[in-house]
Amino acid sequence: MNIDSPFVIAGRTFSSRLIVGTGKYSSLPVMAQAHAASGADMVTVAVRRVNLSDRSQESLLDYIDQERMFILPNTAGCYTADEAVRTARLGREAGLSHWVKLEVIGDERTLFPDNEALVQATRVLVGEGFVVLPYTSDDPIVCRKLADAGAAAVMPLGAPIGSGLGIQNVNNIRIIREFVKVPVIVDAGVGTASDASLAMELGADGVLMNTAIAGAQHPVAMAEAMKHAVIAGRLAWLAGRIARKMYATASSPVEGLVGR
Amino acid sequence: MQMGGLPAQTLVKAARKERAGFTPVLITLNGERFELDQRVSVSELLSKLEIDPRRVAVEHNLAILKRHTFPDVIVEDGDTVEIVNFVGGG
Repeated sequence: MNIDSPFVIAGRTFSSRLIVGTGKYSSLPVMAQAHAASGADMVTVAVRRVNLSDRSQESLLDYIDQERMFILPNTAGCYTADEAVRTARLGREAGLSHWVKLEVIGDERTLFPDNEALVQATRVLVGEGFVVLPYTSDDPIVCRKLADAGAAAVMPLGAPIGSGLGIQNVNNIRIIREFVKVPVIVDAGVGTASDASLAMELGADGVLMNTAIAGAQHPVAMAEAMKHAVIAGRLAWLAGRIARKMYATASSPVEGLVGR
Repeated sequence: MQMGGLPAQTLVKAARKERAGFTPVLITLNGERFELDQRVSVSELLSKLEIDPRRVAVEHNLAILKRHTFPDVIVEDGDTVEIVNFVGGG
């Protein structure tokens, strides 16, 4: 049953609400299989110096189905707005796409975003014609500022990157959904399928994950689990869940019981 | 022993090449010193490094190059070149 509307970011329609990463896989063939199993049609990549001492390394792009996948370069590892803007511009030249997953990290141990620099870099890149998808704290005020700055979507974290802790501030994700009109994509912190479902049940438009799949014992199986989790959570959100009640309400008729 | 920041060996090598008709070109490539026999275009540099130009972005003295300019941009002595590509990430 399809009661959903298409998943559209900046005028581009995606068939899957799951966005997957390309990092930390045991091998590129495993990554390719996991991507296929996930059903995703957008993948993130990082921008780094070409390794000049070892040219034998296989190219990541050879293992990404570019017929199907839209490639979203990130600015992971950037700690200032300037670094992030420079990396975004390089990513645009390398990939011939003007989309960027914008990260400006504020702290090494938590990898939490530097929100002030993030808003600043978003303004610069939007001004240069980029489609900017900023990775942000789960802070509704910051998300509103990013949307006002022209972000095409906001990507609040569920928990620290790679932590697998799941959605730590459920209420904030719901408030962010109410605060901004652009798509909300929960990015980072997912550990298992129920976390992805929960994100979607809270009204997120999509979920982005890397470690939860790449770090699973069976990445291909986990990728498939995530595909179903995102679909299930989305349907549950659209279906409208029942209210929570403290006491039981019988499902079967209370009249006509035998022997009474 | 160091002279002007360059290892003596490099200078000797450079002098030898100059006598042989070369103009040595020293650049900073992805943060490392890199020696070329002569000035080259960015296209020639990539081909020398066996890098497919369609898969990388190049920054030359902090300016990001459009791919179609690779054959025209010349790398000179003292220049800084960054060559980046896509790697796995989240």
